[in-house]
Amino acid sequence: MAHANELYLGKQDYQVLGKRPVRHDGTDKVTGKAIYTADVQLPNMLHGKIVRSPHAHARIKSIDASEALAMPGVFAVVTADDFPDLTEKFALMGEAGQVNLTELAANCLAKGKVLYRGHAVAAVAAANVHIADEAASKIKVEYEVLPSVTWVLDAMKDDAPLLHEHLRTDSMGKKADKPSNIAVHLQFEKGNVTDGFQQADVIVEREFRTASVHQGYIEPHAVVALWNEDSRLKLWTATQGSFNCRQQVAELLQIPVSQVLVVPCEIGGGFGGKITVYLEPVAALLSRKSGRPVKMVMQRNEVFEGTGPTPGSFARVKLGAKKDGTLVAGEAWLAYDCGAFPGGMIGPGCMCVFSCYDLPHAKVDGFDVCNNKPKTQAYRAPGSTQAAFACEQVIDELAEKLNIDPIELRLKNAAKEGTRRVDGPVYPRVGFVECLNAAKNSEHWKSKLSGKNRGRGIAAGFWFNIGGASSCSASVNDDGIVCLVEGSTDIGGTRTSIAMQLAETLGIAAEDVRPQVGDTDSVGYTFLTGGSRVTFATGLAAYQLGLDLQEQMKQRAASIWDCDPTSITVDKGVYKQNGHSLTFKQIAAKIPENQLDPVVGRASVAPEGSTNAFGVHIADVEVDPETGKVTVLRYTAIQDAGKAVHPSYVEGQMQGGAAQGIGWALNEEYFFDAKDQMRNASFLDYRMPTCLDLPMIDTIIVEVPNPSHPYGVRGVGETPIVPPPATIANAIHAAVGTRMTQLPMSPPALWKALSERA
Amino acid sequence: MPVVFIPTPMRDLTDGVTEVNVTGNTVGEVIDALEQRFPGIKSRLCRGDKLAPGLQVSIDATMTLRGLRTAVAPASEVHFLPTIGGG
Repeated sequence: MAHANELYLGKQDYQVLGKRPVRHDGTDKVTGKAIYTADVQLPNMLHGKIVRSPHAHARIKSIDASEALAMPGVFAVVTADDFPDLTEKFALMGEAGQVNLTELAANCLAKGKVLYRGHAVAAVAAANVHIADEAASKIKVEYEVLPSVTWVLDAMKDDAPLLHEHLRTDSMGKKADKPSNIAVHLQFEKGNVTDGFQQADVIVEREFRTASVHQGYIEPHAVVALWNEDSRLKLWTATQGSFNCRQQVAELLQIPVSQVLVVPCEIGGGFGGKITVYLEPVAALLSRKSGRPVKMVMQRNEVFEGTGPTPGSFARVKLGAKKDGTLVAGEAWLAYDCGAFPGGMIGPGCMCVFSCYDLPHAKVDGFDVCNNKPKTQAYRAPGSTQAAFACEQVIDELAEKLNIDPIELRLKNAAKEGTRRVDGPVYPRVGFVECLNAAKNSEHWKSKLSGKNRGRGIAAGFWFNIGGASSCSASVNDDGIVCLVEGSTDIGGTRTSIAMQLAETLGIAAEDVRPQVGDTDSVGYTFLTGGSRVTFATGLAAYQLGLDLQEQMKQRAASIWDCDPTSITVDKGVYKQNGHSLTFKQIAAKIPENQLDPVVGRASVAPEGSTNAFGVHIADVEVDPETGKVTVLRYTAIQDAGKAVHPSYVEGQMQGGAAQGIGWALNEEYFFDAKDQMRNASFLDYRMPTCLDLPMIDTIIVEVPNPSHPYGVRGVGETPIVPPPATIANAIHAAVGTRMTQLPMSPPALWKALSERA
Repeated sequence: MPVVFIPTPMRDLTDGVTEVNVTGNTVGEVIDALEQRFPGIKSRLCRGDKLAPGLQVSIDATMTLRGLRTAVAPASEVHFLPTIGGG
């Protein structure tokens, strides 16, 4: 099937793509010279501190800041009342859709009620962090404590404590007639699921639960805000989207976007958690009130308690198959928590749960549920990992019951070009079959695993990968170096992957492009870094930019040779015409010599649709039945990258996603006590995997070109977190015969399951 | 004529009809045509002159956020889906 947006060039002999040049930002990073937000120092700068709720759910009766304000060195205190009136205001924020500004503001500074422990209530700016800390402790907040709820199914009950008295369940525009914590009910249906299950010879149905986990970025949220006398607001911040940050802050403060300048600093991880604003508008308010720049940096406990985890979830998945392994029907019922405010990850969760398979009959119900946790945020392929944990275990169990190899069962039912997803759309060219075949032919899968309590598991995963607006510009220096300014904040090495696509287009070396991320006044609008979109969408902009620069270089060469630019040919960066020949660098050098116009190019694009990335993971584990501890012995991640622009980066993304997914699988979770307070808000107690916990994660890159990109790029950052929990669960089952249906599969949880079975 | 896949929760308005061919060169025109046939559906899909919050359109497997002005070809498939971001 021809793709509607067929842009793939079919190029085979890449000069730059597929190579592994030294990353452009490498020296700054390894020598500690890269500037992060916390490094920014301004004259007369104040330090801000947030006052946070000690309760999971409470009404704010009063806030008294008089004692704090009377302290020497205290300059300003702000509360929710310092925001403009945002009642009934919504803002269209690019690809993020419409955002409820009242709720966004209330997540930054609580209004009327606190909805989770750690919810920001007030903020103070003082001469130094110590005074700010002490002043924060002197801001008196009187609460009326309310009943709270953190488990998603409890929050759905009719008698659950209500977070928002006005909230009615929305079912595609139809509102329920009574208040509920269920914000949204989604439903997808394909074929006739009742008829489908009647055709099944084998049916497997199971229920699954997952705990909330955090994105776990190493750099805490930080911002420096400077509200100038001319009403211009400048923000230095760690964000996944400088333009999205600009718009959120402008909308929350009800000022024009052009009044806000966002300077994206280097970022120490985001994974979806640094898209929404927390500190930025608060620091801006403090700066406006105090007349001084204000820096705010979260502590780790504030990151855990006050910023977005990914949803905790409940899933019930049922699949039916014929004896030959053909899937005939599927049914899923998913409930994801969204934390304090509506708008979680249930949509993509529902769309992903059966996305790997061609199901003739299927039905998916999904519920977005408010509870007393921080507002959930995206985390690499948001919503898909929880869904895959359920579906991929049911697939595994079906394979076992049917005595069919788990890869063969997946191959038999794999989604491919032309497959209609349960949510409706039909896939264009995708690479799931190729990933499964790569797994089947891998040395890992073919190798023998022996030993007591050892087992091998396999699972698949999918993420859409989105498009969206991207801009970049570049100028050509006299020495032939191209200075590239792009709008995508770099959270995963995209400066290099964008620079390489520009270099490839121009036929020059990657090292001859100097990429930098521009601030919001220096480059055209660029949607956030997320959705695995940057190497695809900003890469497409870089390709267009390369064509623009190439055309201009042709014109300069034509001026030098006194010929028609259309008569000039370009091959691998060498410009030729009727016996003349100059390289890109030689033309660049002749531009000033010949008093020609400087070469400055620009491109902006807004590709739509999804680039559809599939992955397959294999794990070997050993279970200690005495303790329930799982040791990952060997792990292989296989993924369709479309085209691996910089294979080391692709491998790194696959390894990083797998490592985070293994952490999600085996240890990570928010522990809540009886008062719904998180009790492990530190890296000491929130158990992320370290290099001592993991084997080398092997990678196999599959390249099935994306038809909607000239070089076939799909994006790689999110899919690798999807398969690991199911992969590990399937390996545990193979090792000890116990089906783990709850995350994390921590030693106590597995030990309990093994003990109950015994 | 483009074929519109009716979202499952809206089939109460279409008497169970799952797919329907309607005229229209844009998503907005398609929705207007749907409204003529199934009164009430427009208010479920739109808020004012925009798609409802949290909704996007998929035209021939390409998800788009261009909303009501998105072009629709005579042989197009139209789906209304939740918006997707990413991490």
